[in-house]
Amino acid sequence: MTITCGLLPVLEPEEQDHSYEMSDYEGARARWCPGCGDHSILAAVQKLLAAEQLPPERTMFVSGIGCSSRFPHYLKTYGFHGIHGRALPVATGIKLNRPDLDIFVVMGDGDCTSIGAGHWIHALRYNLDIVVMLLDNGIYGLTKNQTSPTTPQGHPSNTQPHGSWLPSLNPLSTALGVTNASFVAQTAEWVPAHLYATLRAARRHKGLSFVRILQRCPVYSSAVYMKAVQDPNRIALLVHDDGVVVPELEKVYKNVVAHDPHDLAAARRVADNMDHVHLGVLFADPSRPRYEDLRRVAPRTAEERLTLLEAELDRYAV
Amino acid sequence: MPMLTDTVEAPTGAASRVRPTVLKKREHTVEIVSDSGEGAQRCGQIFGAVSAKMGNGVWTVEIIPAEIQPPARIPEGASGYRIRVGTGPVTNWGDATNLALAFNEQVLLARHRLNALADDAILLVEDKWATHEDADIRAAWVAAMEELSTRHYRIIPVPMEVECLRLVDNPRKGKNMFALGMLARIYGRDTDRIKDQIAFTFRKKSEDVYKTNVELFERGFAWAEHNVDVRIDVAPQQSADALVVMNGNEAIALGAIASGMDLCAMYPITPATSVSHLLSEVFEKFGGIVHQAEDEIAACGVAIGASYAGKVAFTVTSGPGLALKTEFLGAAIMTEIPLVLVDVQRGGPSTGLPTKVEQSDLWAALYASPGDAPHIVIAPATIEECFHVMVTARRLAETFRTVVMVLSDANLATGMTPFKRPAPDAAWQAAPLDLSAVPEGTKAYQWDAQTGLSRRILPGQANGMYTLTTLSHDEGSKVAYSSGVHQRSSAARSRKLAVLQSLLSPPPVYGEASGDLLVVGWGSTKGAIEEAVDRLRADGLKVSSLHLRFLSPMEPGLKPIFQKFKKVVTVELNYSDEVGDPYVTDENRRRGQLAWLLRASTLVDVDCWTRVPGEPLRPGSIVDAIKDRMPKGGAK
Repeated sequence: MTITCGLLPVLEPEEQDHSYEMSDYEGARARWCPGCGDHSILAAVQKLLAAEQLPPERTMFVSGIGCSSRFPHYLKTYGFHGIHGRALPVATGIKLNRPDLDIFVVMGDGDCTSIGAGHWIHALRYNLDIVVMLLDNGIYGLTKNQTSPTTPQGHPSNTQPHGSWLPSLNPLSTALGVTNASFVAQTAEWVPAHLYATLRAARRHKGLSFVRILQRCPVYSSAVYMKAVQDPNRIALLVHDDGVVVPELEKVYKNVVAHDPHDLAAARRVADNMDHVHLGVLFADPSRPRYEDLRRVAPRTAEERLTLLEAELDRYAV
Repeated sequence: MPMLTDTVEAPTGAASRVRPTVLKKREHTVEIVSDSGEGAQRCGQIFGAVSAKMGNGVWTVEIIPAEIQPPARIPEGASGYRIRVGTGPVTNWGDATNLALAFNEQVLLARHRLNALADDAILLVEDKWATHEDADIRAAWVAAMEELSTRHYRIIPVPMEVECLRLVDNPRKGKNMFALGMLARIYGRDTDRIKDQIAFTFRKKSEDVYKTNVELFERGFAWAEHNVDVRIDVAPQQSADALVVMNGNEAIALGAIASGMDLCAMYPITPATSVSHLLSEVFEKFGGIVHQAEDEIAACGVAIGASYAGKVAFTVTSGPGLALKTEFLGAAIMTEIPLVLVDVQRGGPSTGLPTKVEQSDLWAALYASPGDAPHIVIAPATIEECFHVMVTARRLAETFRTVVMVLSDANLATGMTPFKRPAPDAAWQAAPLDLSAVPEGTKAYQWDAQTGLSRRILPGQANGMYTLTTLSHDEGSKVAYSSGVHQRSSAARSRKLAVLQSLLSPPPVYGEASGDLLVVGWGSTKGAIEEAVDRLRADGLKVSSLHLRFLSPMEPGLKPIFQKFKKVVTVELNYSDEVGDPYVTDENRRRGQLAWLLRASTLVDVDCWTRVPGEPLRPGSIVDAIKDRMPKGGAK
């Protein structure tokens, strides 16, 4: 083991002499259930990584615990499969130390909106330049069918067999209520073209991009999105040049709403509007302050630090 | 500290109205106490810092009420600062106060009731309450004086407010400088240094504020000159070494800088927070930042994320915060991410005694995670060690790819003492990291079969891509589905502690290497224990002591050392049952936390004497306890 003396240098990217294929990002074979919406999300992400030519060694997927949190294992990038609800603090630490890395956070609805809800609120406010995906199937799957905050009212589970007692939590209006949130979007895994376009917009946004992905669990909550899947008229596409536009989808989904993502008040109205399931970018403001920029400090060499430390010790000298 | 040379001398050439008696002392303990918000602490801090700068040994202790602004004139609201000054080094707060200066009689009463005052203490007390317009207050004064008269105190009334009103409209702000002036005269402190310190204290205020404070200080000095008939002379002694004077939290903050770390993630909690106060002021110019997280859990997570991605980061907390961080600690240990966690212990359990010292987190620190989660726990024994422990902690964390917990406490955190100025080395900042190219096929945890150590791969390194997981995993960080993997990986994580232990030396014994009784301590009690051992040995008792810095793994060679003594007793600031208490038997007795560990690891019948007084241990109390526990036939 060689030991370097000196501050940890930021690892300089190697000259890129080849282009990355989708297969360059393939990790272990996914072990989600057949029909699980997570497969589709994994495919869209792999396509995005290849399309954006992100070097696998400089790309990180951070997750918590839950079905969706197995995501990093199925990619050949760096991954951090951590603890339940705590993906965001880990991602925050990585980004603060390594702003050079591209960071994607993958959370389920229990992870993000229940046990990790505090971190979710504050991460939106920190607005680090990361992509945050909420894979929302409205149920706890890995622990076998318990109610989550986003479970629709009345939907039965093992913990609330007579149906969820409370109205479900709305992740979009919650996110849009947080000061300094800079990007809030919703998409659905059964609309792959929209999913891909939304993730690409999220990745290209400067700041924390929060994407709620409606995701089917065929085992425990297949009913949750059934109507929206079967009836295209339940869907409304939000379109704008600064949001997501997928023209071919407009042949299937007739409800197309021109929505300016710079308009926060309009975004909040859309989030609260339950007449349709809205897919698209609700809000985007790349001008909002990003924590890693606010906290960026000039690095010092060991020698510089020593000189400064001696001056500091002088203050305490006897 | 022996007081054999204490003498009384007639003053020479005194031009004052009273002819003061000069008491020459090897050491003296002074405290200033007031209602919260009246500035007694600031006065005490300046007195302590100047005494240290003059060359005296100094140890200070904060006297802190639980509330920020408790009601005035109640004993529970006593706020202040105690300073033990000596000619030689002072390693602990001592036994009792010899001179107290109080802003009202109720806070003085609080100190009296805590047995904080020596029987012959000199007490200077603001006397305006004796003639206050409120009859209840006058009655309270009379009652207090009666209660105080049960001891042999010498009480000197001082018209502090009347004197201050000659200079300022609001004596509440500034009385502390008048008090500082009195103490400076009584103790013969260097007035130029005090004025420098006043200037530093009020550096962010206007010139007028400085001037007013200096005038008040000078008035207090002059008043004592003419009205106080006693002088205390604790001669300073110039040290051959360059010294610095600071408290333990400042030492931890500067030690973190010296160690090369550049991220401190924290959430406010007493008594740990002041580490981040100092860092928040200076860290950025060193290229570091303090991240105040949304909660204790996130603070730990951010530090872990940062450590995973590069140079190790640290988080600093106290008991309740440690409890919240435990799941993340298990995660870091399981995934072999280096992390430094500082726990500045306070009284527990739960919210406990937020501002008071205790050593009750040892077990919580050792067993901070469900499952088998081996990690390193070290405890600085002095304020000086608070500085150096951070360098050690970072190096151990990175070398052994694990969590290093540093157990400080409120006594070290807020106590101030001079110590040898550290000589930082650029090598301390080196990253013990292999940044050479990662060969194709390298696994995330290539556990060495002997040591369990493995190379840490960082994101950004080509060919190194792996997904770290908190699930049980194999060398390749693949989730462990096959039998045997968990046994093998657990062994690798555990082995690292054995390797570290093999590199440590047996701890030195203070005093003779054999005898009747060996006192074993850890953490901030070292100074008080060794002072007690000195006194016991001066009394002819065959007592020695030993102090542990490493609690996990423990320093080697303990059993052979213990076997050279008839009895081994731990002295700790935590709770234990006393033999003879109702229902308590030798079988069910809950012992001191270190005592348990030592019994388990050495199979020696280690006894303990522990207390939770909400204050540091007094050497005199240790002396009494040890005399009580001397083995039969061993005592002289």
